[in-house]
Amino acid sequence: MDLLNSIILLTNFIVVPAITYGSQLALGAIGVTLIYGVLRFANFAYGDLMAFATMIVILFTWYLQSLGISLGVLPTALIALPIGIIATILISIFFDKAVFKYYREKKSDPVILIVVSLGVMFILNAIVRIIIGPGDVTFMDGSRFILKANEFKNLTGLNEGLAIKSTQLITFITTIITCSLLFYFLNKTKTGKSMRAYSNNEDLALLSGIDPGKIILLTWILVSILATIAGTLYGLDKSFKPLAYWNNLLPIFAATIVGGIGNPLGAFYGGFVIAFTEIGLTYAYKKFFIYLLPEQLEPNSLVQYISTDYKFAISFAILIVVLIYRPNGIFKGKVI
Amino acid sequence: MFFSAKKLTGGYGGANIIEDCYFEVERGEIVSILGPNGAGKSTAMKAMLGILNNSIGDVFLEGKNINKMKPQDRIKSGISFVPQTNNIFTELTVKENLEMGAFLIEGDINDRLNEMFDLFPIIKEKSDQFAGELSGGQRQQVALARALMTDPKVLMLDEPTAGVSPVVMDEIFQHILNIKKKNIAVLMVEQNARQALDISDRGYILVTGRNAYEGSGEYLLNDDEIKRSFLGG
Repeated sequence: MDLLNSIILLTNFIVVPAITYGSQLALGAIGVTLIYGVLRFANFAYGDLMAFATMIVILFTWYLQSLGISLGVLPTALIALPIGIIATILISIFFDKAVFKYYREKKSDPVILIVVSLGVMFILNAIVRIIIGPGDVTFMDGSRFILKANEFKNLTGLNEGLAIKSTQLITFITTIITCSLLFYFLNKTKTGKSMRAYSNNEDLALLSGIDPGKIILLTWILVSILATIAGTLYGLDKSFKPLAYWNNLLPIFAATIVGGIGNPLGAFYGGFVIAFTEIGLTYAYKKFFIYLLPEQLEPNSLVQYISTDYKFAISFAILIVVLIYRPNGIFKGKVI
Repeated sequence: MFFSAKKLTGGYGGANIIEDCYFEVERGEIVSILGPNGAGKSTAMKAMLGILNNSIGDVFLEGKNINKMKPQDRIKSGISFVPQTNNIFTELTVKENLEMGAFLIEGDINDRLNEMFDLFPIIKEKSDQFAGELSGGQRQQVALARALMTDPKVLMLDEPTAGVSPVVMDEIFQHILNIKKKNIAVLMVEQNARQALDISDRGYILVTGRNAYEGSGEYLLNDDEIKRSFLGG
């Protein structure tokens, strides 16, 4: 019984939240990795692109709600997703044409493009804060829980409850569907293969007749879709706050690098590596040990390795360790 | 002439690397461009492909002047190129490499794939492996097959045997002879001059960016002065 209780405890406080958070990071990291693979720079504006996308989704959700439209148990934001995606594609293409294209044609150094992307980041950030404000926005509606802790306790007779929020399940399912479609596209379709080819060897792709303009446009479209989905899922799960997306940039970059920059499948796994490490290390294991250890050995402290205040330090530490020991990522060097 | 270049002059922005160069090649013919390091062999090839920004001169394909064409359009009109380095997609499978070679072909490419598998049996065996995992000789075959996927009329090779062992070199030259049989005009730049001339119908020797000698492979191989200066005695 104690063993079961301890397993449920960890599932409830580590596994379920980490799978959710990991899914959000995975989607974000795949976006960053695609931009890196095709356009060859680290896009620091990505967090704020997610914030922008989520803002559009929220605005449209409010509009739908004012019309009385809802999805029943599912959040209304899911209907608003396509609008968010279209708006995000448009603004991505706008920034590409207005800003990035100039430096690309000049064949600027990647480091210059990084600084340029910082500029875009500030602009996007300002746009979002002017339109929707810097504060917290909750736009989640529909049913809150799929499984409530008390229900679970009554059902199983265990001391520990297992709660699964509907947003957590939606996040996970949406991520799996999105990533499956994306990997199918990249590995099985001619256009997807040409994108990988361009990322792998730009000159040879040109000699094969692959049109770089189309590949770049396609990349921004894919990245915008991913940013909108990732941003909305994160906003639904936590709440929407413009700065939170900027904060997420560090774990997203860490996930990208853990998976090998330019490797979408690596970025997918990288997201989960970061999420499980972060949540696993900041969880207080006291109760867990109380279940498992005999009374004399029970810990007095919280058995928390790192305070949650330092959770970003974990991403940062992973980032540094990976860059020192496995700079190509923890997987075999297969770039998109 | 099926494919020819005249009065090619150009470089990388500074002084001209090549000056007034000319080359000609017929279908079903192998023509080598030889010469010492820095003679402008690869530069001349880039000029013919249209990927050298600062170049002037005329390039004709089947009597049509293709000077103004972008590199992509030259590929569409039947010219294929195998660069000296980075000539495969290392992170794509062998089969995907060939599919990318056929990127401009609309519709079914299975016939082309099968023709390549007949021409290069080894890559049929390895078709699902990542091209980056292959040996140097096998990579070179993938590179040739990728370039041949579009069913080109002219195939340009930039040092196809650079950095491979003598055994592999013979193998690659044998493949090039087989490609010639497909009635393709093969134009190649080579460092291994003697071996290249052995399989070439004709050759051009460039010295400091200008045409210095030309003639049949046999003639160039047997001329005393050329032997002494360029073929190592």
